[in-house]
Amino acid sequence: MRGATHAKWAACAAAVALAATACGSSGGSSSGGGDGSAVLSASWGDPQNPLEPANTNEVQGGKVLDMVFRGLKRYNAKTGKAEDMLADKIETTDSQNFTVTIKSGWKFSNGEAVTAKSFVDAWNYGASLKNNQKNAYFFGYIDGYDKVHPDSGSQSATTLSGLKVTGTDTFTIKLTQKFSTFPDTLGYAAYSPLPSTFFSDHAAWLKKPVGNGPYTIESYTKGSQMQLKKWDGYTNADKAQNGGVTLKVYTDNNTAYTDLMAGNLDLVDDIPASQLKNVKSDLGGRYINTPAGIIQTLAFPYYDKDWNKSGSEKVRQGLSMAINRDQITDTIFQKTRTPATDWTSPVLGTAGGFQDGLCGDSCKYDPTEAKKLVQEGGGLPGGQVKITYNADTGSHKEWVDAVCNSINNALGNDKACVGNPVGTFADFRNQIGQHKMTGPFRAGWQMDYPLIQNFLQPLYYTNASSNDGQWSNKDFDKLVDEANAETDTGKAIKLFQEAEGVVRDNMAAIPLWYQNGSAGYSDRLSNVALNPFSVPVYNEIKVG
Amino acid sequence: MGRYVVRRLLQMVPVFIGATLLIFLMVNVMGDPIAGLCGDRQCDPATAAQLKKEFGLDKPVWQQYLTYMGNVFTGDFGTAFNGQKVTELMATAFPVTIRLTVVAIVIEVVVGIALGVVTGLRRGRPIDTSVLLLTLIVISIPTFVTGLLLQLLLGVEWGWIKPSVSTDATFSELIVPGLVLASVSLAYVTRLTRTSIAENRRSDYVRTAVAKGLPRRRVIIRHLLRNSLIPVVTFIGTDIGALMGGAIVTERIFNIHGVGFQLYQGIVRQNTQTVVGFVTVLVLVFLVANLLVDLLYAVLDPRIRYA
Repeated sequence: MRGATHAKWAACAAAVALAATACGSSGGSSSGGGDGSAVLSASWGDPQNPLEPANTNEVQGGKVLDMVFRGLKRYNAKTGKAEDMLADKIETTDSQNFTVTIKSGWKFSNGEAVTAKSFVDAWNYGASLKNNQKNAYFFGYIDGYDKVHPDSGSQSATTLSGLKVTGTDTFTIKLTQKFSTFPDTLGYAAYSPLPSTFFSDHAAWLKKPVGNGPYTIESYTKGSQMQLKKWDGYTNADKAQNGGVTLKVYTDNNTAYTDLMAGNLDLVDDIPASQLKNVKSDLGGRYINTPAGIIQTLAFPYYDKDWNKSGSEKVRQGLSMAINRDQITDTIFQKTRTPATDWTSPVLGTAGGFQDGLCGDSCKYDPTEAKKLVQEGGGLPGGQVKITYNADTGSHKEWVDAVCNSINNALGNDKACVGNPVGTFADFRNQIGQHKMTGPFRAGWQMDYPLIQNFLQPLYYTNASSNDGQWSNKDFDKLVDEANAETDTGKAIKLFQEAEGVVRDNMAAIPLWYQNGSAGYSDRLSNVALNPFSVPVYNEIKVG
Repeated sequence: MGRYVVRRLLQMVPVFIGATLLIFLMVNVMGDPIAGLCGDRQCDPATAAQLKKEFGLDKPVWQQYLTYMGNVFTGDFGTAFNGQKVTELMATAFPVTIRLTVVAIVIEVVVGIALGVVTGLRRGRPIDTSVLLLTLIVISIPTFVTGLLLQLLLGVEWGWIKPSVSTDATFSELIVPGLVLASVSLAYVTRLTRTSIAENRRSDYVRTAVAKGLPRRRVIIRHLLRNSLIPVVTFIGTDIGALMGGAIVTERIFNIHGVGFQLYQGIVRQNTQTVVGFVTVLVLVFLVANLLVDLLYAVLDPRIRYA
């Protein structure tokens, strides 16, 4: 009996303490099974940002947007070419003022018609500073951007003055500069149209986004899974070839791979590095490994005098020639990366500006020449290069160590190159932003749209948004300006390639390799492909 | 007794404040989290400044901490970078982890104590030696090895279970992960019970009980076991906290979206609000579990009094 009284006190204490934490609990509602004959399941990661088109800058959220939205243009999954989707025509006479006419008949899945206003409202929302959209810079070419999104201070306008609705299906765009290939950038998800419910009931929209694409969102359990269903009201030619897609969040891509092996999952679009050796024997022909629009480079700190003096381009060229790219991509990446021979990506195609071998001898492994060039250039600044990278994700440590080994062997000096790991990605980005780099650092570039302009201007133009090393070259800037003003696409690409030649002659950054997208799938699926953004083309997958 | 409980609850306050402050400082030392939000490129400065303002990161750390604690006491744990309320994340993560912990604790208690009693009563016999050997093996193998091995064997090779746990994370799905999670503690519980039982077997009160002519079952359960459980209860009490917070490895292997998953993601994305919020609740769980353990002593052993 005394025992019972004690127990009562114990329970009482627990109740008091737990009440203080005030943690409510209401289990997430989800409908578990019910995967019909034609629904496929695919691996997913928890999106980093809310699923707004202008706020999604990583591939996991991008997967959903690609299924739920269609924009003015869409990039062909095979060729990467921008093709008209909602756009009927985009006309311009001066490469600066554009008139957009959209096809009529398009609807959002809630029945609302897609009009010119759907686009203009969405773009104004994306550009406006107060909405915290991380892709806002996409609208930076549109006139009036500096008013709605000033670099400092508060915004003085809420809408872009360069956008005007001129009819139900037409609107005009005025840019701040000539930009002939601007229409081809409009396939990016940030330019998607938005229904009026996005603005009127934002919280509800975020819980269950509504778009105009071939799928609708059936249910969304944040952080866990999303069920997408084929939208029967979608009339365009690219309608879904399956009944739906269930995206499952995996914390560890190894578990996703194990699930694929056990027949518990249909599609894994991120093969763990440790499984690359077995993947061919495990999956046979059900493994795809195709180029994606990602290039990895080593960038340099040009704000550091040691890297920005005459002759240092020879040091950079020497370092580039000291890296045995073939060996590293074979042994460490199991051929899921291809040695780079220019500063763009093979997904552009030769017509789009990719030029195999543009880098020439500077990107070929030649230890004796490498050693000679480094010496001619005055030797390594401080006698040693430190390659800075973030150690928390990817297999960066492995390849940085391999690159350093290769450099050390070529230069015949054990201490010529060492890796300099930074604990977290955020801290890595911080140090880069504060210009604290003292030597080369890891730089990856995933294209926003498949245009040669996107591989050059944001990275190497003076004070461009991602010019982390602060490289600056008048000839390069001039050629890029000319290319943007050129209305003939072929001539524009030629000019961009000339600009790329300037990057090569100065070895502004050392190109390392092009990254591939890889995926494996179950024997239930066929017609699986990855688009140039390494996102599976879900709507074309056939089940059964 | 009542005064003792109140005193213990009051003691929790400084521990709670100290622990949260430490976590808060540690997460802040990692640097500016906004820089990691824009992928491999520089966030545009205006948006970055705006985000910092919204998450209160533009203020000095002490002020951030005070604001945060103020909000916590009104039940507001802040917002994660993906726009979700941290309380919302907790509401989905904690039930899953609690279920997993319950499964693990039940396995620990039932199997661990039963094995402990059997081996303690049959000390030196073959069954004792083989169980001891078995627990030694279990203790020496890291959790991720047991986890991956069971997942591969049961999930892929034999197809008895699904290798990963679904969104619902029902009790039946959590049996294997729970077993993996419990395995090491299970071995400790067995060993603790065994030693304790073997010691108390020769004590006076057990001899008295036997002399009174009580049935063997009653002697063992009512007299011997009850008094031998004190070290075991201490262990299990602290283990509850460890299991809830330390399930990161098991949760990753079996893709369980519980506390471990949220903590891992919070740390990787440097999401101060998520990490501090979850750790705060875990600290509370630890404190409460410890208090309960102390109170249970009195229930188990009538000689112990609290005043």
